[in-house]
Amino acid sequence: MKAITHLEMRGIVKRFPGVLANDRVDLEIRPGEVQALLGENGAGKSTLMKILYGMQQPDAGEIRINGETVRIDSPAEAIQRGIGMVHQHFMLVPSLTVAENVAIGLKASRPPILNLNQVISRIEELSARFGLKVDPRAAVWQLSVGEQQRVEIIKALYREASVLILDEPTAVLTPQEVEELFKTLRRLCASGYALVFISHKLNEVLNISQRITVLRDGRVVGTLPTTEANREGLVKLMVGREMSLKVTPEPVTIGAPRLILKEVSALGDRKLPALREVSFEVRAGEILGVAGVSGNGQRELAEVIAGMRPLTAGTISLDGSDISRASIAGRIEGGLSYIPEERMRDGAIKSFTVAENVILQTHAEAPISKRGVLNFRAIHERAGELIRAFKVKTPHDGTPLRSLSGGNIQKLILARELSRTPKALIAAQPTRGVDIGATLYIHHRLLDQRAMGTAILLISEDLDEMLALSDRIAVIYEGRIVRILPRAEATPEKLGLLMTGGS
Amino acid sequence: MADTTTTIVQIAAQGVAAATPYLFAGIGEAVGQRAGIYNLGVDGIMLMGAFSAFYSVYSGASPLVGLIIGVLVGALMGLAMAFISVALKAEQGISGIGLYMFGLGLSTLLFNALVETPRPVSQSFTSAPIPGLSQLPLVGKVLFDHHLLVYLAFLMVPLTWFVLNKTPLGLNIRAAGQNPQAADSLGVNVAAVRYLAVIFGGAMAGAAGVSLSIAQTNIFQENMTNGIGFIAVALVYFGRWSPIGIMFGTLLFSVVTTLQLWLQAFGVQISSSLVTMLPNIVTIIALIIAVYLYKTQTPAALGRPFRREES
Repeated sequence: MKAITHLEMRGIVKRFPGVLANDRVDLEIRPGEVQALLGENGAGKSTLMKILYGMQQPDAGEIRINGETVRIDSPAEAIQRGIGMVHQHFMLVPSLTVAENVAIGLKASRPPILNLNQVISRIEELSARFGLKVDPRAAVWQLSVGEQQRVEIIKALYREASVLILDEPTAVLTPQEVEELFKTLRRLCASGYALVFISHKLNEVLNISQRITVLRDGRVVGTLPTTEANREGLVKLMVGREMSLKVTPEPVTIGAPRLILKEVSALGDRKLPALREVSFEVRAGEILGVAGVSGNGQRELAEVIAGMRPLTAGTISLDGSDISRASIAGRIEGGLSYIPEERMRDGAIKSFTVAENVILQTHAEAPISKRGVLNFRAIHERAGELIRAFKVKTPHDGTPLRSLSGGNIQKLILARELSRTPKALIAAQPTRGVDIGATLYIHHRLLDQRAMGTAILLISEDLDEMLALSDRIAVIYEGRIVRILPRAEATPEKLGLLMTGGS
Repeated sequence: MADTTTTIVQIAAQGVAAATPYLFAGIGEAVGQRAGIYNLGVDGIMLMGAFSAFYSVYSGASPLVGLIIGVLVGALMGLAMAFISVALKAEQGISGIGLYMFGLGLSTLLFNALVETPRPVSQSFTSAPIPGLSQLPLVGKVLFDHHLLVYLAFLMVPLTWFVLNKTPLGLNIRAAGQNPQAADSLGVNVAAVRYLAVIFGGAMAGAAGVSLSIAQTNIFQENMTNGIGFIAVALVYFGRWSPIGIMFGTLLFSVVTTLQLWLQAFGVQISSSLVTMLPNIVTIIALIIAVYLYKTQTPAALGRPFRREES
C-alpha cells in the first residue's frame, strides 16, 4: 500500500463551455474513513473525482498529498501516487479474463514474459482478505455485475492504492450485493484505506460513511460528520430547499386489463433465450412493477412489447387486439407509449432540435403535417406546450437536444410519451441517472397517468422506486417471471431474494 | 508416380514461398487491428516498400540493405497512418484508402522519374536452403529451401503470437483495441500503444513489398502488388486476428493461387478467367465462413479513435 496519510483538494475550479462544474471546491480525505460525496446530477461530484484521478485537469486549485502539492496529469500518475478509482461505467475488457484485466498496464516481473499465475495468486490473496469473491480465471463477460465491480476494486487494490474512489457503486447492485459491498468497504476502512463514496442515495450514504460533503451546482454547500446528518437536512442541502421525498399513490379504481402478455418468449442479442413464457396483465389505472437484477430479461421484455424485438412464441394484446406482430408504428397508433431505458440512444436524436424530437412519432399526423408537408406553426405550438407543461429547461425549441442536460432530455422524452395519453405505457428505468428533483417529478407524472387510467409497466432496478409506485410487483429472473406480489406483501429483502433466484 | 509427387512438392513449395507477402502484411495489419486501428493503406505501403528496396539495390546496395530500407519506408508510412488516425483521430477507412493511393501514386512517379523502364537488378535474395533440414524428404523442399524472407515471414508467426499473448505489451495492445478507456484508466498510454502497433504494421507491409521486388522477382513494376495488400486485410478477418489463423488463411490462399497457375500451365480445359478467379472465390467463401464462426473475436474498439473526455 502506498501510504497516503492525508489528501486534500483545495480551491478546485473546473470550467466547461457555459458551465462552472467545480467552483472553489475543498475536500479532505483521511485514512480509515469513508468520505461520502453527495449531490444532484451535474453537481460536480464526478468531475471532482476525475480531476483527482488525473482524467481531467483543474483550471485552478491544488491537490496536496501528505502535505505536498502534486500534479496529477493522467490516471497513470494517480495510480502511481496510490489513488484508485472504481468507475460508474466499468472499465473492463469483457473478452479478457479477470487476471488479464487486472494485469493490463502492469510491468512484467521477469521481462518480457507476463506471469499470469503470479497475478492470479495475488488476486486470490486480496479476495480472501477483503471478501471479494471472484474467479481470476473466468472471462469478464461471464461475470455478474456485482462480480465485475469486485474486479474493479481488486484492480485498484492490486496497484496498492490507499485511496479508493467509488463512483455510484451501488447503482447497479441488488440489495444483497450492496450489503456485501459494504462489508468489503468496512474491512478496507479498518485496514486503513481511505474511501470516497459517491452517491445520491441517502440511506446508503448515512449507512456507510463517516463524513458527508454535499455539492450543489459545483460548490460545497456543507461538510458534516455522518452522526450529525439526517435525511431532511441532506435533501435541503442537495436541492437547496425543503422537499418531501415521499410519493403516495392515491387509491384509484382499477379497470379492465389493457396490456396482456401470454407465454411470451424471445431471444436476446446473443440469440439465446432471454424471455421464457412470460405472462401477466396490466390493468387500467394500475402500475405493475418489474423488479430484477440487470440483465435478466428486462430490456428484452420492454423491447418485445414496444415492437423493437420479435417474439418467438406467445401473444401480446393491447386493449383486446393482438399486437404480437404489429409494427412499431401500429403499436403507437394503438395507444402504446414507450420510455426506453437507453433514452439517449433509442428515445431521441441528439443532433435534432427540441421541437423535432417532440414530433418524432407524430410528424405524419395532422396538425403536425398536412398532405405530407410539415406545419412549422403547429410544431412550435406543440413543442411550446410540452416545454411549459413539463418545465423543460431549454433556451428555445430550436436548440439542439445535445446541449440540454441529461435530466432535461429525460423530461422531454417523458413529456412526449405522456402527452399522448396512452392506453398503456412501458417505462423502462425512467429515473436512472436522474437526480432527486427530476425523479420526484417523473414519479408524480407517472402517478398522474395512473390516475387517468393508463396501464403502466414500470421496469426498474431501484427497489425504493418500485415499492413506492407499484400496485403489484413482478420479479423477473433469468427471463422468467418468478412471482407477482401485491405491494403489501413486498419487502426489499423478499424481492432481493427472489431477484437472485431464491424463493 | 514419382512425377506426381514431384509436382505436388513443387506446388506446395511455391505455395509456401508465395505466402510470404500475405503473411508479412497480414500479421502487421492484425497487430494494428488488435490495438484498434485498421489500415487499408497496406497495399500502398507495400508498393513503397517494394520500390524503395528495389531502388536501393538498383543503386548498388546489397539486398539486405534494401530490406532494411524497405522496412524503414514502411514504418514511416505506418507512422503517417498512426498520426492521422491516432493523433488527428481521422476516420480510418478513408485515411487508409488515402494512404494506399498515395503509395500507389508516389511509387509509380518515383519509378518513372528514376528508373523509367522496367529493368531487373542483378542482386536479389536468392534461395538459401537450410543445411540439413532442406535435405529431408518432401518437407525439406517444401519448407526449408527458400530465400531468407520466407523464413523471416514464418518466424514472425510465433514471435507475434508470443508478444500478443505472453507479454505485458501484448496485453496492452489487446486492451487498447477492446476497451481503450479501461486501458487508459489503468495507466496504459493508449496513443503510444496504437502508434507502436500501426508503425509495426507499416514495417511489416514494407517487408511484404520487399519480398515482391527483390526476392520473388528482381524487378519493380507499376502497381506490382496487384491488390495483395487488400487480400492481406481480408485474411486478417479470416484468421480472426490471430497470427496462427492468418498463417493458415494465407497458406490456403497461396496454395490455391499456385495451383491455379499450374492448372493453366497444364492446359486444363476451363476458362482461364475462371481459374484466375479461383483464389478470390476461395477467399470470399473462407471469409464468410470465418465471420459466422468467430464473431466474438473482433476488437470491440476497432476503428474508434480514443478520447479520454468521452469516458
